[in-house]
Amino acid sequence: MTAFLIRGGRLIDPARNIDTAQDVFLRDGRVAAVEVPGKLDALATQEHAEIIAAKGLVVAPGLVDIHVHLREPGQGYKETIATGTAAAAAGGFTSVCAMPNTIPVNDSVETTRWMQEPERGAVARVFPIAAATRGSMGEAITEYGSLKSAGAVAVSDDGKPILQDVVMHQVLAAAARAGLPVIQHAEDTRQTQGASMNAGALAFRLGLRGMAAEAESTIVERDIQLLAGLHDSRAHLHVAHLSTAKALDAVRRARRNGLHVTCEVAPHHFALTEEAVGDYDTHAKMSPPLRLQADRAALTEGLLDGTVDAIATDHAPHAIHEKEQEFERAPNGILGLETALGLSLLLLQQKHSMPLSRVISLLSAQPAQVLHLTGRGTLAVGSFADLVLFDPAEMWMYRAAESKSKSRNTPFDGWTLPGRVHLTISEGRIVHDARVRAKR
Amino acid sequence: MLSVTHLTLQDVHHILDLAADLEAEPVLSRAQRLLKRRVALLFYESSTRTRTSFELAAKSLGADTVLVSALSSSIEKGESLKDTGITLRALGAECIILRHPSSGAPYLLAQATQLPILNAGDGIHEHPSQALLDLRTILTRRLGAKQAQSATAQTLAGLTITIVGDIFHSRVARSNALLLPRLGARVVLCGPEPLLPESAAAIGPNLVIDRNLDRALAQSDVVMMLRIQKERLSGLRLDLEDYIARYQLDAARLAAHAPKALVLHPGPMIRGLELTSEVADGPQSAVAEQVHHGLAIRMALLARALEATKTSTNKTKATVKTVKKSTRR
Ligand SMILES: [Zn+2]
Repeated sequence: MTAFLIRGGRLIDPARNIDTAQDVFLRDGRVAAVEVPGKLDALATQEHAEIIAAKGLVVAPGLVDIHVHLREPGQGYKETIATGTAAAAAGGFTSVCAMPNTIPVNDSVETTRWMQEPERGAVARVFPIAAATRGSMGEAITEYGSLKSAGAVAVSDDGKPILQDVVMHQVLAAAARAGLPVIQHAEDTRQTQGASMNAGALAFRLGLRGMAAEAESTIVERDIQLLAGLHDSRAHLHVAHLSTAKALDAVRRARRNGLHVTCEVAPHHFALTEEAVGDYDTHAKMSPPLRLQADRAALTEGLLDGTVDAIATDHAPHAIHEKEQEFERAPNGILGLETALGLSLLLLQQKHSMPLSRVISLLSAQPAQVLHLTGRGTLAVGSFADLVLFDPAEMWMYRAAESKSKSRNTPFDGWTLPGRVHLTISEGRIVHDARVRAKR
Repeated sequence: MLSVTHLTLQDVHHILDLAADLEAEPVLSRAQRLLKRRVALLFYESSTRTRTSFELAAKSLGADTVLVSALSSSIEKGESLKDTGITLRALGAECIILRHPSSGAPYLLAQATQLPILNAGDGIHEHPSQALLDLRTILTRRLGAKQAQSATAQTLAGLTITIVGDIFHSRVARSNALLLPRLGARVVLCGPEPLLPESAAAIGPNLVIDRNLDRALAQSDVVMMLRIQKERLSGLRLDLEDYIARYQLDAARLAAHAPKALVLHPGPMIRGLELTSEVADGPQSAVAEQVHHGLAIRMALLARALEATKTSTNKTKATVKTVKKSTRR
């Protein structure tokens, strides 16, 4: 494996509170040295390292997405692990955590291992999240110890919330013993049957059944109660794609009470409101749905004040024919990996003056910490050589037709975003190289 | 035409005007208007009334019609709405009249085919031609046939129109609630909570909720009764007897609280449920007139859709373009 010297860039490593001009030396898939500019030149010559000019660019830890759907096994027509991770690399991500709602559901050691095999062709590290219950049916819990040994970093029945109190109690307790976080898609599906957007006046006008904010917040509150009742400091609840002010308040209160509750927010929830549904645009259909401006503002506030632990995309590819259906019939979800950095920079840094290092932290160090991904989300010496080089001020246009994903379902097609990714390195390999401007 | 919200008051005026012209035109001359033009009726739900009305309207303008219903083979085999639309267009359809159980389905069809689409009822969303025929019925009764083409922000000023019943599941209620206030009417929505959520009053201006039928009637110049489906009531755990006691329009109630009000019903009526026979057949009822106005309105909508496609300045196409832009991929 070759060595690289990343030279002349602005190093931002939020995990170590660093934002300064530094050079980075990579060797054998790891960060070998970080020094003041120029100091590693001799070493680079000596080891015949490839020099990567990073002048004018931010050098940051490879981004970490703890909520993606890679659709393999079983739905390769939507996405494969190879195409999904290629999209990740294009968006600056080097670690992705894959949800278990595949076909079959990833509730086994075999599938968990299969997803991580080199034959899948992943260009970013894939961390499987295993199903919390068998088949994600919400009844019998899976074998957390062996799933963890096989590489699972958390358990979740994403898309199929665990509704029964006794089962959720068992899940939290067993996961605590195994040292795994429990990720809950908080939605009381008994309240959201047939619903396809946020509840309220707009849903009423469009003749669509709505999902109320309470369908999310009541489950978050219930889960927090169960967590509190466990009295086990190892127990960790992580709320997936939190979308409402109400649920965010519940998380804030639980944290104040010393409970280990974390949460993530998806870029589309702080970028858009339910108005994006417009004339039944299925690219604005996801679960949880786009909410009101008040919710969007509360989520932004939560990102700014630290209540939100991570930005996660909920990257959910669907084939064109699946989204070109009647609104109520179209599946939930949109692509997210290639637009997360740009949307975060646009809406948090540029619009709300969030420091750049905080934006990067929410996309790398913090999500890595939430799921204990050791050696990810930082550029400390000894950590994985996962890096992204981007120009935070450079505007670029996202074109769905040119996406590395197999699918095209995005409401952000044609959006001009800041922060073009120039180079992504995953474990010492260049996995995305856009240093030469696209030839067109 | 996908939604009444796409119509300007100018458009509404034009439609009412055209309806009057077409109605007055000699049968033989009228039949030249859309001679041999091809109109497809694509019906995913059964509907005798609306389908027959559109079909007769098309035929009286000379158009050829073809009916594709839910029972025909391609739909049954699970073909997508997009592909069915493309097939109809390839077969020469110049306009599609769509009835579909999914809200918003006509938008998808318009985008897929780029043809003028007439929404004949989509899910629980809208039924625009019904709102227009209701408007024509009200105008004719209130202002007389000569004035029934007026459509300004003041046309219905001072008038209170109450819509009673299952507002939530009613596309007729939505189209009327979105159209009539724009002509100056005050619209009262009346029904029990599960059939009429509070958010209903927030969909447009000049809408209020009053859950007491007697009080609502006392303010009303027009009462629009909606069909009640028994299954829906039991699904929402509403007691049928209790519903009838609170919301049925019977002769005594009408005489006591709204002796002069006009009574409308989009049909099909369930006599003995939302209203009694005495009311349905009584002097205040305009139910039969509604059906009559429906034919004229639908002739006007078809003429407008198809005559416009011959020229390049075409409102329906402009609508299609808007839809396309907002659902771009
Ligand atoms: Zn989810």
